[in-house]
Amino acid sequence: MSTNTSPTLPAASTPGRTLAAWWQALPLTTVFVLFFLIPLALVLMVSFWDYNQYEMLPGFTFKNYISVFEGCLSRNESGDLCVTLKTYLSTFKFCLLVWALTLVIGFTVSYFLAFHVKSSGMQVVLFVICTIPFWTSNVIRMIAWVPLLGRNGLVNDFLVGYGMVDQPIEWLLFSNFSVVLAFVHLFTTFMIVPIFNSMMRIDRSLIEAANDSGASGWQTLWNVIVPLCRTGIIIGSIFVITIVMGDFVTIGVMGGQQIASVGKIIQVQTSYLQFPLAAANAVVLLAIVLMIIWALTRMVDIRKEL
Amino acid sequence: MNSDRRSPAFWLLAAFFAAYVLFLYGPMLVIVVLSFQGPDGGLTFPMRSMSLHWFHKLAEGLGTVDISSALKRSLGLGLTVMAFTVVFSVLAGLAFRKKLRFANVLFFTVVASLIMPSIIVSLGIGLEFRLLDGAIKKMLETFGMESALENYGTALGIYTSALGAHLTWTLPFGLLIMFAIFNRFNPAYEEAARDLGATPWQTFRHVVLPLIAPSVVGIGMFGFTLSWDEIARTTQAIGDVNTLPLELQGLTTTVTTPSIYALGTVTMVVSFLVMGLAMGLSTLLAKRQQAKRDT
Repeated sequence: MSTNTSPTLPAASTPGRTLAAWWQALPLTTVFVLFFLIPLALVLMVSFWDYNQYEMLPGFTFKNYISVFEGCLSRNESGDLCVTLKTYLSTFKFCLLVWALTLVIGFTVSYFLAFHVKSSGMQVVLFVICTIPFWTSNVIRMIAWVPLLGRNGLVNDFLVGYGMVDQPIEWLLFSNFSVVLAFVHLFTTFMIVPIFNSMMRIDRSLIEAANDSGASGWQTLWNVIVPLCRTGIIIGSIFVITIVMGDFVTIGVMGGQQIASVGKIIQVQTSYLQFPLAAANAVVLLAIVLMIIWALTRMVDIRKEL
Repeated sequence: MNSDRRSPAFWLLAAFFAAYVLFLYGPMLVIVVLSFQGPDGGLTFPMRSMSLHWFHKLAEGLGTVDISSALKRSLGLGLTVMAFTVVFSVLAGLAFRKKLRFANVLFFTVVASLIMPSIIVSLGIGLEFRLLDGAIKKMLETFGMESALENYGTALGIYTSALGAHLTWTLPFGLLIMFAIFNRFNPAYEEAARDLGATPWQTFRHVVLPLIAPSVVGIGMFGFTLSWDEIARTTQAIGDVNTLPLELQGLTTTVTTPSIYALGTVTMVVSFLVMGLAMGLSTLLAKRQQAKRDT
């Protein structure tokens, strides 16, 4: 398999410099062919296979897709949506909430760093402070909420202690609330970094020009700064949305393994060795994520801005 | 915002920023504090005296889980991923500066890997190795190598599938950093070296590498810490042994003592140590570079 990376091999007639470039790009290319492109192709292929309790059976069937969407064309007797639609709706809900929150927080933090912190040394220090937690374990940052939000956690102690509630609030942990909170806690960094990056590239004289022309602070923010850091906003949004769409770890740990998500369904199916079914779910998820990214990139030419 | 006096907006935003930083670090700090809980203490406050009790418990092992071998596996994998990430990113970074056909295709593949939901990548790699297992078994069967067939387990493993899975996550970061480095790189130094008769290797070894070394250390740090904490891409691609973060994830549902916080503290300390070492090394290299230029 490793020798079959033919598009990366240079033609015999190419000059020496190009040849060297290919040799240099070869290791990276090989990794992405072997561990990214081929696996994706296999997911697509296997999604049309059949399976039994022990093994996958090569073939071509739409069975898996049919069972993914089983009962989705019409509401069932009790008026409920099918599992797939329900799961996607709940995932979209998380996506939208987390996206809105991380965008507002990320934008505000970046705005403060880029336009209100005057010394560039201080800017770098504060920016690094915001990004350090990104390099630490997500699971630890999740379980860190347990002593705060749990039934006997700090928040409940405080609320009960000051008589604001009669008994501990149950929905703080292992709930939709704690899932969204953990997402925001974990992934706001993905908004801050690209938005801050675009803000730092804005020519400061444009803002002065806006001031001189008599624009209010809000007008400058909305008509000058927001359009100019659109690229950063879109890149950050793509990161946050793709993470939430495919997540199963955060929703699993913070939802107390009770909340369904698309990623979780795939993971559970693989643990029952239903690989073709999991692959079909993965293909559907991938198609939806690609459509979201496509729609987002319509709004901005990312290639031009890199 | 042009005046020298801080506007009310500044203080409002500063307060927001402070609140965000508290939100970011507060819970992590709580974990660290609670891991020093006394022997009678539980998962939440109040602290019942201070001790290293739960660290000792952790060292003894948590139930059936062998923490120390998971730790060794994570370290080994992290260091391997780090080495591959540094070498492959630097090489590819150099390649992208030259005329490279399909440069766009390769670049978009790398970016696609960065934003691809991890569960899909993980599932794909898992499938790939399972199909590979099937093919190998069939081959052994065809050639009648019964004993080899009986001993064959699976190609899934730490240094095969899991290594590949981690690289699809760390290399995009490495390559993007290389782009940032070479955007600011002055090719005049290379031309000067060439004019003085240096071979391409000498130019790289004595001119380019020392100049980019401080940032390359950063790529190494990314490689190690991203691998050290990785879960999502490893789940389907690990085989039958686990890395530390996967054990940790499993323990969240079963362990109800502060030992789990102690484990959290230990892994956090490793992350911070690596970050600190990388930053120190990077500054040292930059300083030496500066000193050389000054003389």
